[in-house]
Amino acid sequence: MSAPAIDPVRTPVTASPARQSAGKQHTTPARFDTALGWSDRPGPAWALRVLLCLLALGVFAAPFLTIFSGSFSEKASGSTLSFLPHHPTLLNFEVAGQRGIWDYFGNSLVIAGGALLLQLVVCTLAAYALARHKFRGQALVLTLFMLTMMLPEEVIAIPLSLVLGHVPVVGLDLKGTVWGVILPLGAWGFSVMVLTEFMKDIPAEIEEAARIDGVGELRMLWQVILPLCRPALGVAGVLGFIMIWDQYLLPLIAAKDPTDYTVTVALSILRTDPEVGSGVVLAGAVIALVPSLIVYLLLQRSLVTGITAGATKG
Amino acid sequence: MTATVTTPGPRRVRFPGKRAVLPWLFLAPALLLALVFKFLPMGKGVWLSFFDVRPFLGDKWVGLDNYTRVLSDHRFQDAIGHTLLLGLGMSLGGIVVGFALALLLEGQARSLKIIRTAVFLPVVTATAVVGEMWRLMYYPTSDGLINSGLGLLGLGPVPYLDNPDTALWATMAMGIWMLAPYNMVIILAGLAGVDRSLYEAAAMDGVSLWQRLRHITLPAIRPALGIVLTLAAIRGLRVFTEVYVLTGGGPAGSTDVWMTRAYTLGFTRNDIGGASAASVVLLCVTLLLTVTVNYLRKRGDAR
Repeated sequence: MSAPAIDPVRTPVTASPARQSAGKQHTTPARFDTALGWSDRPGPAWALRVLLCLLALGVFAAPFLTIFSGSFSEKASGSTLSFLPHHPTLLNFEVAGQRGIWDYFGNSLVIAGGALLLQLVVCTLAAYALARHKFRGQALVLTLFMLTMMLPEEVIAIPLSLVLGHVPVVGLDLKGTVWGVILPLGAWGFSVMVLTEFMKDIPAEIEEAARIDGVGELRMLWQVILPLCRPALGVAGVLGFIMIWDQYLLPLIAAKDPTDYTVTVALSILRTDPEVGSGVVLAGAVIALVPSLIVYLLLQRSLVTGITAGATKG
Repeated sequence: MTATVTTPGPRRVRFPGKRAVLPWLFLAPALLLALVFKFLPMGKGVWLSFFDVRPFLGDKWVGLDNYTRVLSDHRFQDAIGHTLLLGLGMSLGGIVVGFALALLLEGQARSLKIIRTAVFLPVVTATAVVGEMWRLMYYPTSDGLINSGLGLLGLGPVPYLDNPDTALWATMAMGIWMLAPYNMVIILAGLAGVDRSLYEAAAMDGVSLWQRLRHITLPAIRPALGIVLTLAAIRGLRVFTEVYVLTGGGPAGSTDVWMTRAYTLGFTRNDIGGASAASVVLLCVTLLLTVTVNYLRKRGDAR
């Protein structure tokens, strides 16, 4: 349920050649499945591949193990990192807790939850209008959303911090509130694009049939279109979460004082604290890492679909 | 079928106003948020770049002064070089490593899928967390993680981040580490689309591995590579968090990039006008690059 079996990009392309070759495995060697022609049978090429895979794991995955083990080590400085904790202990997490890491984590959760919810609602509404309605200025609106994707957040950081301090017309000061981070993340061009593309492919007959039954616009979206959009919502949700959790500059400029920081930004506070060691920083890093890890492992298919789809649309 | 097409017709005539307003009601929240938190700051940034911003004295129009000041500042000039070097190195390195990873991990076996999942971890990890991780791996004494590895090879400890000569390269290595698995996924999708019968035909003709890679695989994934490279180049220009978290621009400005420089100018030195001018320059370059790339890609598609 949590990992919808979608993968429109990968399943048709990757699975079919494999299945074909699996079918005629006895006649043709499976080596033409890969560009390098790797062999499945033990031999020099196979051994080389195993070695290289181990190297890749060592370079890309092993650092995470050292982070976990360091966070549980009794005396962790950069110098005692290894794959297994020395004298396992929870002390680092206790100290990190005393430094308020759980408050920062709470900030992060509120912001990530709120921003993701807002983003999905706002982008779904916009996508519905773009995909299922024809109106004047449609191309312009689409271009505007594309532009929000191209506009680097870093570039507008300084004026955005001024806007957050005094929102025009309403004159609110959003700095130091979670809204200062949540609201700027609401409209995300990527989600609008993914959802629009997906909603366009829903057959018109379904909508027309519902319309004859007298279904209004909101019910149409909620009860007819949205249930069909689950895969796209999964993609937008996972990538949205990863993107929101990765925010650094925005929580930094939206904060009034360090207690408003998210957990990722707060790591720098732990690091510059002369009284805590590397182990405590690592404990903080683990706390900041675990939510994205959970989301990734549960929904990695959606993530991969989203990345490949996002890449081809540019 | 025909009945369903005609029924909405009269309704549209009966409520022309409602039908016209409706899409805009659905678009309103997104447009409003984009307007207030994206386009308004952008416009404000452009506007402020022409002013000497003085919080309590009122802003003073200075024309292009901020631009000339920023562009002639030697620390900004250094930052341009660092940004280009870092962006280029990260993009190319990320592609080469990503391509190698994709070639290595292509396949349907379950074990390969598990390895791919593990190798992909750097992409889903927040940049700030990656930065803290790498700071510890780069620990300058001989018992730091990477240095102890070097020690096994009989090489002395390198103070990666504390030495102006190595800090930029160390930052680049981290960037490549974060980018490569992302590129791997895109290239893998491209590789999956390669016609298997071409490989078989090539093998029949006794073509070498290198020729097969060069004449079948590379052309087939060229679209994917083009996209990856341009995305990476645009990302490279605006690189901020990686540098800010890892080195903060130091030591001695040796890793200062365009955006960390602008950030320091705006937030620690309170030179809002200068920082805005720097941001606008970067915005123009990014937009120019994006438009050029799109133009070239469209022309390439047409051909």
